Amino acid sequence: MKKKLLGALLGVTLAAGLIAGCSAPAKENSNGAQSPSAKARTLSEIKDSGTIKIGVFSDKNPFGYVDANGKIQGYDVYYGKRLAKDLLGSEDKVEFVYVEAASRVEYLKSAKVDVILANFTVTDERKDQVDFALPYMKVALGVVSPDDKLIKDAAELNGKTLIVVKGTTAETYFSQNHPEIKLLKFDEYQEAYDALADGRGDAFSTDNTEVLAWAIQNKGFTVGIESIGNTDTIAAAVQKGNTELLDWINEDIKTLGKEQFFHKNFEETLKPVYGDEIDPENLVVEGGQV
Amino acid sequence: MQNLGIQVLFQGNNFLRLCGGLWQSLQIAVISMVLSIVLGMILGIVMTSPKKLVRFLCRIYLEIVRIMPQLVLLFLVYFGAAKHLNINLPGSWAAVIVFTFWGAAEMGDLVRSALQSIPVHQYQSGFGLGMTKLQVYRYVIIPQTVRRLLPSVMNLLTRMIKTTSLVVLIGVIEVVKVGKQIIDSSRYTVPDAALWVYGVIFIMYFAICYPFSRAAAMLDKKIKD
Repeated sequence: MKKKLLGALLGVTLAAGLIAGCSAPAKENSNGAQSPSAKARTLSEIKDSGTIKIGVFSDKNPFGYVDANGKIQGYDVYYGKRLAKDLLGSEDKVEFVYVEAASRVEYLKSAKVDVILANFTVTDERKDQVDFALPYMKVALGVVSPDDKLIKDAAELNGKTLIVVKGTTAETYFSQNHPEIKLLKFDEYQEAYDALADGRGDAFSTDNTEVLAWAIQNKGFTVGIESIGNTDTIAAAVQKGNTELLDWINEDIKTLGKEQFFHKNFEETLKPVYGDEIDPENLVVEGGQV
Repeated sequence: MQNLGIQVLFQGNNFLRLCGGLWQSLQIAVISMVLSIVLGMILGIVMTSPKKLVRFLCRIYLEIVRIMPQLVLLFLVYFGAAKHLNINLPGSWAAVIVFTFWGAAEMGDLVRSALQSIPVHQYQSGFGLGMTKLQVYRYVIIPQTVRRLLPSVMNLLTRMIKTTSLVVLIGVIEVVKVGKQIIDSSRYTVPDAALWVYGVIFIMYFAICYPFSRAAAMLDKKIKD
């Protein structure tokens, strides 16, 4: 018995050493990001191979999702197809890799994909890990309220109750910038929406894409404020140091801006979900100009 | 109730896609299991070696597998191998490698305990008849251990089938992921699809795992008799 215990203990030590040994080089990568071990494909290598590999979401309707026929669709995917067309001459010369939110950075670092187009919000922390191209979309907060007592401006909320979900950017923004508004906080989205429907609060705020889509499905409610708070941008990402590909994407996005490509994309992919009353200017970014 | 959530299953080829996802899960589990059984048999015999060092190394391998979460192993093989060794494996291959690595260790330990449960006189009688070591194992010991092993092997297999739901994190589209895709794509049109889709996945897992557990239980009973 003693021997077994000793063996087990040694095993633990060894395993711990193994884990430490494996994670050490990964740390080096994030610091000295110029030298990831797996080198991303250059522009000419992608051209030679004939297909570009793009990482997208497969369960984020309407940005990247699989329809009932098994075809990948959405705002990000629409843009991805266009990238393939501009680079390789055909919309079909793209291989979409379905990624998860948690492993998006790893897919780039291990060179499993050339570009990530998975609703990737630009943050300073992520900029250390990957290179972001010019943005093609932006998100901010939205405020939804009942039609008969529609709130169109943050000033109208003075002294009223605003429903938020704990831990969201909406909670942080309103408690810091509008202390005069009473906040009613919930843990889950469903509870928050139920509270709004019951009239326990005057309005509800979270990401504008989320409230816009909800208001379409729920008659009697309208998004009075479509964009408030800090605007985050969403952009394509490539492996750190893959400047050639990055420059090409940036040039391409400027050209696309001239033909208002992302407005067309909005019409095709987002409008069916968000409806007619939404101003595309609150979501779409053309030519990388926020 | 005209908007019953079950309708999503009959839209397009949703149901076929779910079955495809299940097939993917099953493929990974069964291929890994076959490899695990072969490697585990060998490992189990090695584990009964009289040499201390050999037993010690086997023990370390087993402990590593038991301690490391399968998810960590999956990330190491899928992303780690690409980053550090420049070996770019497809997700399903990485999954089979990790599951075999895991299964072989568990299987090895099962084989070891089954071998040790065979009374010593079985070995001695074999040697007494002038058989070589290999012959004793081939004709006397292995056939007896196989019968004792079957129930626990079935148990390992069903565990493996259920654990395949992790492989989605390395980009393999298996049944749970297909389910999430279906729920999400109909998020605006059929908000209560989740219950139905997960219900069907539950039945699918059950339909696959139940026969295995039944078989295991029956074998267990037969051996006891």
